[in-house]
Amino acid sequence: MLDSFMSYLGSSVTPGEANNQLWALIYVLIIFAGVSVAVMAMNWLERKALAHFQVRLGPMRVGPHGLLQPIADAVKLLIKEDIIPAESDKFVFWIAPIIGLLAAFTVYTVVPFGPSQAVSDMNIGILFMLGVSSLAVLGVVMAGWASNSHYPLIGALRSSAQMVSYEVAMGLAVVSAILMTSLHGAGLYGVSKLSDGTGTLSMIGIVQAQQEQQVWFLFKFFPLGLIAFVIFAIAMIAETNRAPFDLPEAESELTAGFHTEYSGLRWSLFMLAEYAAMIAVSAIAVTLWLGGWLRPFPTWLSGPAWDFIFALFPGLTFVGLAAIAFLGTVRMPKHSYFRVQTIGLAAFGAVLALIGVLLLGIVIGAKVSDHDILNRTTEGLSNVFWFVFKVAVFMYLYIWYRATWPRYRFDQLMKVGWKVMLPISLGVLIVTAIVGVLL
Amino acid sequence: MTPVATPFFFYLLSGLAIAGGLLVITRRNAVHSALALIVTLLAVAGLYLMLYAPFVAGVQIIVYAGGIMVLFLFVIMLVSLERTIKERQFNRMWPVGLFAACALLALFMSVFAKGRALFPDRVPPPPEASNTQQIGVMLYGNYMFAFEIASLLLLVAILGAVIMAKKRI
Amino acid sequence: MVPITTIHYLVVAAALFVLGVIGVLTRRNVVIVLMSIELILNAVNLNLVAFSRMWGGLQGQVFSIFIVVDAAAEAAVGLGILIAFFRNKETINVDEIDLLKW
Repeated sequence: MLDSFMSYLGSSVTPGEANNQLWALIYVLIIFAGVSVAVMAMNWLERKALAHFQVRLGPMRVGPHGLLQPIADAVKLLIKEDIIPAESDKFVFWIAPIIGLLAAFTVYTVVPFGPSQAVSDMNIGILFMLGVSSLAVLGVVMAGWASNSHYPLIGALRSSAQMVSYEVAMGLAVVSAILMTSLHGAGLYGVSKLSDGTGTLSMIGIVQAQQEQQVWFLFKFFPLGLIAFVIFAIAMIAETNRAPFDLPEAESELTAGFHTEYSGLRWSLFMLAEYAAMIAVSAIAVTLWLGGWLRPFPTWLSGPAWDFIFALFPGLTFVGLAAIAFLGTVRMPKHSYFRVQTIGLAAFGAVLALIGVLLLGIVIGAKVSDHDILNRTTEGLSNVFWFVFKVAVFMYLYIWYRATWPRYRFDQLMKVGWKVMLPISLGVLIVTAIVGVLL
Repeated sequence: MTPVATPFFFYLLSGLAIAGGLLVITRRNAVHSALALIVTLLAVAGLYLMLYAPFVAGVQIIVYAGGIMVLFLFVIMLVSLERTIKERQFNRMWPVGLFAACALLALFMSVFAKGRALFPDRVPPPPEASNTQQIGVMLYGNYMFAFEIASLLLLVAILGAVIMAKKRI
Repeated sequence: MVPITTIHYLVVAAALFVLGVIGVLTRRNVVIVLMSIELILNAVNLNLVAFSRMWGGLQGQVFSIFIVVDAAAEAAVGLGILIAFFRNKETINVDEIDLLKW
């Protein structure tokens, strides 16, 4: 077992391709744990960031700067009474959040964190991701219907109409990005040939195409890639029911929309599914337009020295976070009442610093000793870091949008979806094809 | 990608598909039928994967499970009537219908039993991994005309649905 | 266990087809009748894909995509008619849809 464990570390394909069930299982567990932790962190970050946008403090009491608030919330939700409305459809009510959660988490099997850091590489990868994430709407619709109550039903109707409408624009934007994988040649406008069937739907293949063409699809055929990306970025907010398109759960109109009747654990499953879906669609956007795991400026700042500097980034990020935590520790009130919190924050900072130093140690060790496994680990760390970093930027944008923009009215939402986004995305697709053939 | 072509998965998926189909035609509540139909559709998508047709499986999930079934659920919610659940579920001609369907099944089975020898036991080796590309080339090559007609059909269907469903145009 | 061959898929497809036929012929609820039609179309698709695997060509898969397009069009128009009808007659039972005009 140890042999197969170690032998995989030297391999350069995904566990699915290498037919290595053990490593596939390990990856699944890592991704599951990682996404769950990310959702908790996102919960904290969202509350703190929203609070600071509105010049408040946000959670401060549970742990230093409210760091333990997500855990406290999770415990509260777990031990809360689980209410099923008397007139509801019990079975559908019970299974709806599970469907939402399954759809949100199944998507992660094809998310490419690196050329070999994915559970599996399907040759229909992007199709699979869009398809499975479109199943999430079923959970919402079923939850709304099963509650047997007016607000949830209206929320479910809104959400199904909204998600189906925006899926069209989203799909067309994705198609124009896929089209670019078959238009070879280096640089922004480089198209040297258009040969039969050289494009790809595989998530890893799409990123590798961007690597070969030496351009992120965001900048390819400028501004066509940019327009398609913007269409996708708007549609993905509507797909995940987030502000300003959070009509299905608009609290001023529908109390809480489709999950009005849900409480406790089931409600938390909906929240988990929503945040997991947000991360998943951001991963699609990052893969298609932002070069996935590729580091910034791979051609401009090339060479082993720059590679080394960029490889230091994961460790430096953790060290930077640790520095912020230590700064917070120093600025804690010097009253004895805060002593436990101060020590806790210092310990948190110390853990972050330790991780940072460990990552830096691996990178520097690889540079000094040039050992094969250390080299591969460095490369893998760097890939995963850049992917996660880009996704994290999207997560922050989600919070920013929510703090900035007022909610749309439903007819405006539909109008934007069908009369603006759809024609523009069709136009971009056609122009991309024409440009690709002519150039 | 190599789908696992083991008998176990085949029996599991086809069992799910047939059980889902049975539930579709026996449930009183249309929403339960829709759920059962979703199970069937996903199981059939799994069977497509076992038949080395990943693109068709992807289309099945996106179009059927993600699009058509949402449309169905949407309409069920719009036209939901409390009394239809309490009413008679089968029409008066149901014995005739059941008999006809069973006769059809018997016909199928006898054809399969008689023609068993015509089916080759060995299937050709799995095709290359570029299933999607080959289907794309075929759709835009040999089947170009059919493809355009299909898009026209969809346009007509959109117009028809809008005219039917909209109160005032 | 016996290896899975084309005939196995054909039997599953035949079972789904017959289930769909039973649904169309016996149910009163129009929505469920439409769903049974989807079952029938799926059975046909499964047959096509199984045959395309048997002969090693892709024509079957291409045709199954056309059938999916057809199913989408059919569902859209059928449900549109259903909504128009429901608005006028307040019923969704097939055997009450028996007037040529009203």
